[in-house]
Amino acid sequence: MLQADLNIIAPEIILSVYAMLALIFAVYTKKDALAGLLIWTTAALFTGLAIWIGMSGSGENIAFDGMFVDDGFARFAKVVILLSAAAILLMGKDYMERRNMARFEYPLLVALSVVGMMVMVSAGDLMSLYMGLELQSLALYVVASMRRDSIKSTEAGLKYFVLGALSSGILLYGASLVYGYAGTTGFAGIVMAAGNGQVSLGMLFGLVFVISGLAFKVSAVPFHMWTPDVYEGAPSPITAFFATAPKVAAMGLFARVLFDAFGGVIGDWQQIIALLSVLSMFLGAIAAIGQTDIKRLMAYSSIAHMGFALMGLAAGTAFGVQALLIYMTIYVTMNIGTFAFIISMEKDGRPVTDIKSLSMLSKREPGKALAMLILLFSLAGVPPLVGFFGKFYVLRAAYDAGLAWLAIAGVIASVIGAFYYLRIVFYIYFGEETDALDKGKSPILWGFLMASAVIMLVGVVNLFGIETIAANAAATLVN
Amino acid sequence: MVTIILFAPLIGALVAGFGWRFIGETAAQWITTGMLFLSALLSWVVFLGHDGGTTHIVLMRWIESGSLSTDWGIRLDRVTATMLIVVTTVSALVHLYSFGYMDKDPQWKEGESYKPRFFAYLSFFTFSMLMLVTSDNLVQMFFGWEGVGVASYLLIGFYYRKPSANAAAIKAFVVNRVGDFGFALGIFGLFYLTDSIKLDDVFAAAPELANTQLSFLWGEWNAANLIAVLLFIGAMGKSAQLFLHTWLPDAMEGPTPVSALIHAATMVTAGVFLVIRMSPLIEYAPEAKQFIVFVGASTAFFAATVGLVQNDIKRVIAYSTCSQLGYMFVAAGVGVYSVALFHLLTHAFFKAMLFLSAGSVINAMHHEQDMRNYGNLRKKIPYTFWAMMIGTLAITGVGIPLTTIGFAGFLSKDAVIESAFAGTAGGYGFWMLVIAAMFTSFYSWRLMFMTFYGRARGDKHTHDNAHESPLVMLVPLGVLALGAVFSGMIWYGSFFGDHNKVNAFFGIEAHVSSEETATDDTANTGHGSAAEAEDAVADTAGEHMAAAPVGAIYMGSENNVMDEAHKAPVWVKISPFIAMIIGFLFAYWFYIVNPALPKALAKHQRPMYLFLLNKWYFDEIYDYIFIRPAKAIGTFLWKRGDGKVIDGTLNGIAMGIIPFFTRLAGRMQTGYIFTYALATVIGITVLITWMTLTGGAQ
Repeated sequence: MLQADLNIIAPEIILSVYAMLALIFAVYTKKDALAGLLIWTTAALFTGLAIWIGMSGSGENIAFDGMFVDDGFARFAKVVILLSAAAILLMGKDYMERRNMARFEYPLLVALSVVGMMVMVSAGDLMSLYMGLELQSLALYVVASMRRDSIKSTEAGLKYFVLGALSSGILLYGASLVYGYAGTTGFAGIVMAAGNGQVSLGMLFGLVFVISGLAFKVSAVPFHMWTPDVYEGAPSPITAFFATAPKVAAMGLFARVLFDAFGGVIGDWQQIIALLSVLSMFLGAIAAIGQTDIKRLMAYSSIAHMGFALMGLAAGTAFGVQALLIYMTIYVTMNIGTFAFIISMEKDGRPVTDIKSLSMLSKREPGKALAMLILLFSLAGVPPLVGFFGKFYVLRAAYDAGLAWLAIAGVIASVIGAFYYLRIVFYIYFGEETDALDKGKSPILWGFLMASAVIMLVGVVNLFGIETIAANAAATLVN
Repeated sequence: MVTIILFAPLIGALVAGFGWRFIGETAAQWITTGMLFLSALLSWVVFLGHDGGTTHIVLMRWIESGSLSTDWGIRLDRVTATMLIVVTTVSALVHLYSFGYMDKDPQWKEGESYKPRFFAYLSFFTFSMLMLVTSDNLVQMFFGWEGVGVASYLLIGFYYRKPSANAAAIKAFVVNRVGDFGFALGIFGLFYLTDSIKLDDVFAAAPELANTQLSFLWGEWNAANLIAVLLFIGAMGKSAQLFLHTWLPDAMEGPTPVSALIHAATMVTAGVFLVIRMSPLIEYAPEAKQFIVFVGASTAFFAATVGLVQNDIKRVIAYSTCSQLGYMFVAAGVGVYSVALFHLLTHAFFKAMLFLSAGSVINAMHHEQDMRNYGNLRKKIPYTFWAMMIGTLAITGVGIPLTTIGFAGFLSKDAVIESAFAGTAGGYGFWMLVIAAMFTSFYSWRLMFMTFYGRARGDKHTHDNAHESPLVMLVPLGVLALGAVFSGMIWYGSFFGDHNKVNAFFGIEAHVSSEETATDDTANTGHGSAAEAEDAVADTAGEHMAAAPVGAIYMGSENNVMDEAHKAPVWVKISPFIAMIIGFLFAYWFYIVNPALPKALAKHQRPMYLFLLNKWYFDEIYDYIFIRPAKAIGTFLWKRGDGKVIDGTLNGIAMGIIPFFTRLAGRMQTGYIFTYALATVIGITVLITWMTLTGGAQ
């Protein structure tokens, strides 16, 4: 019995054992000199696990009496998490090494947080949910303050930790309420207790608290306040990491809790999610306009994007979840490309994040400028780029679910949001000549940027077949 | 063969238009011209070898949508064949002529390339025009109709650096839109009623349409009349008939070969062609026919009066064109379609010739167009003089009365006037045309006298350097002269001769008895009881839906106008000749015997003179009635509607409200953890409260 359970969670076990062994090995050997090697091996392991999970069979496997669920939805999310984490690790390697930040703990902490994320998307119980969430968060708190000598970085880490602790408390309080009224922590039990639309007020309170705790992780308004500060303070590669894999994991967890545990009361949580969605879209779009720092801008951009993803969730249908998965995949792909560009922004070896420094980039580096133009247009959701299809799916999901007002609000918000993306394009192509940025030398960053841009263009053909995969994954979650 | 005729100009246009950079300017000119001569040659072969029967050639499936399905097809009958020779012959000659005329055009700077573009436009126009005349359904005809409109627009505005040329091009386009609106409505109406846009289906359904009522705008109308009128409105726009004529004189801003090809010989006759083509429908629309006669006769008269006092040589001819088109419509309106086509054919020859001669004069006089600066050019440019003379003799209708010997215009115009007399019983249409014939003679001879006789006026240097045009410009004049002299005499019998001869020429079957009874039934329905009427309609429908009338044109069984025209009294037959003589004598008196007289008369009759000089103030009235209100509405919508309301709202949101919220969001982001925590707590409070009030309470 135990053997079967362990087989099911084999990827997570392999990853955590690897992290722990590598930690001990590095401590007793050359320490930071091994950082480069560890980044490579970790990224390779991520990729290998992603392929394994992606190739492994179909169907639903339940381990540890329902605490751990391995279904199509979890596998989809895990593949996205693992691949994006691998990409971000490779992208940041050069940056970290040159700034003397390439500590051997960095790739291992990322590996541990990825283990946490994998547990999150597979959680079938409030206990495993919390365990995965905390494992992920604790690793991220440390990573955020990776630059111990930088005030900004440590401030970012501390803020993230304190507010994260607050949100964990809220989540735990909600979980205890749910447990109190349902009499069980297992999702299967909760859905029985909260089925048929008959649900006690205490249970609903618990639901709201759990949602609030999770909304913090996806940085949905009004639980988003940490995002800009942390994004700005953390080193760029780590910001890139924050913006990608944890968001997918948190969204996956969100969907799992809402559908697996509270699938019977969709009408109740639908309105809350819709509210969070519309607030996030508008605040993300409006606040980003005032930003001059590209990392802060990307923070607000991710808030707005999370708003759109939540719109798919708010639909409360299988199609909505499919739209959510497609949206998150596209979002992650776009962000990898965009952050590859941001990481490469530097002058005299020092990182630069001011938007104005991009002025007239098109003259100096037309290829990169064009790639960035495509990515920004895609982020803004300009047809026919792939980013448009992401938005199209969630809008359609919301409309089909009878939330026409939400879809209309989304369209308006995306119009407002287009402004700040286009403003960057304006600087790149028409800005006033300023001191030139250094020419990016890293072929890895260049490769990721170009690949991402090409995907935005070529993907319009059939989205690389992701549509059907996401549909199958969503079908396993929503019955 | 028809396919080659049709597509050779298109190939020429495409090669010259897009490929001239690779093949060079001269090659582009030769290719378009060569293609056109090929077309023209084949057209003559088709015309002369045509037996009068109707052939359908399907090129491809074009539209398939619901019950609307149509082919890209050619309908080849006598009318098409006639139009083919008119279009391709004139076009080929104009291409050739343009070699000389467009050479070293002062409108363009040294080294600028404009000739391939000009030739490509000309060829494209020809293709569109052929598309129009060969069409076997209404939508394809509309395609050609719009195609010639575009080509006309491009060529009128060919000198795009001249603001007046641009304005004229836009005017032509906009005025034509008004007409096209009617044409389009007519097509919609036919499709609505007959569920087909194929000409044969429409013709077959025509008798039924005559008994159908259709509600349109404010009232109930007879379907056949309504649709005929709508189609005629389209024809009015294209053929510059009264009220929609204002664009034609302004279109003279284009290069002269364009005026000759498009605004004299071919495109402007498209309206006449449409009426002739739709004859099976028009025959069932008596009120519409009366309307056509009225408009045609009025136009003939109006344009002739304006032509009396114009000074620009091209404008005189333009008004003359306008007037002659009126003649054609009268002929069509009284039901003698063959004569309308006859006049169209002869007019194409002599009017193209007049225009090309005028172009030759203009070329000789260094692009001076005011006749008051001409005079005594007879010796300087003798060939042009003789060409112009033949053209004038043709248009004024010189010939031997009561015989069929004379210039082309003599035969066709007399045929029109005799038909008008028979068709209107000597009424309005007839008298307007006779008076117009007198005016025509006057202004044509006035043009001759002012240009070629008298003493030289204007810039002396220009007169000294006046020179005969090159051979490429004179050859087309010579060819057209043949047409202007002989085309009338050759085809008089075919178009306006004996009843049976005309029928054979157009492939019309002799009136079948069954058809006659059917039409009689139809006529009786008004008097008979309701039941009888229904029966009659059913019978008619049953018989006529079976097949469209055979032949290129259709004349109802009671339509004997052509036969009656032959029996017109002698005074009617010689009336145009007398009118011509009177006009000539007046012109001779005014401009040769006593050249001071016109000025004195203009001073004496100043209001009358100004009224004519300003073209009956049509432009001013339109400006007041249509253009200014339209502009006012446009300005209102632009400044108030678009500027204030739409832009204002958007600007207000984008530059006022959104930035306010942006600042607010920025201020909330204090950087202090307690603020952030507070936001979280407030958020939870709000969510909980809301949940309690809405979802949880139930």
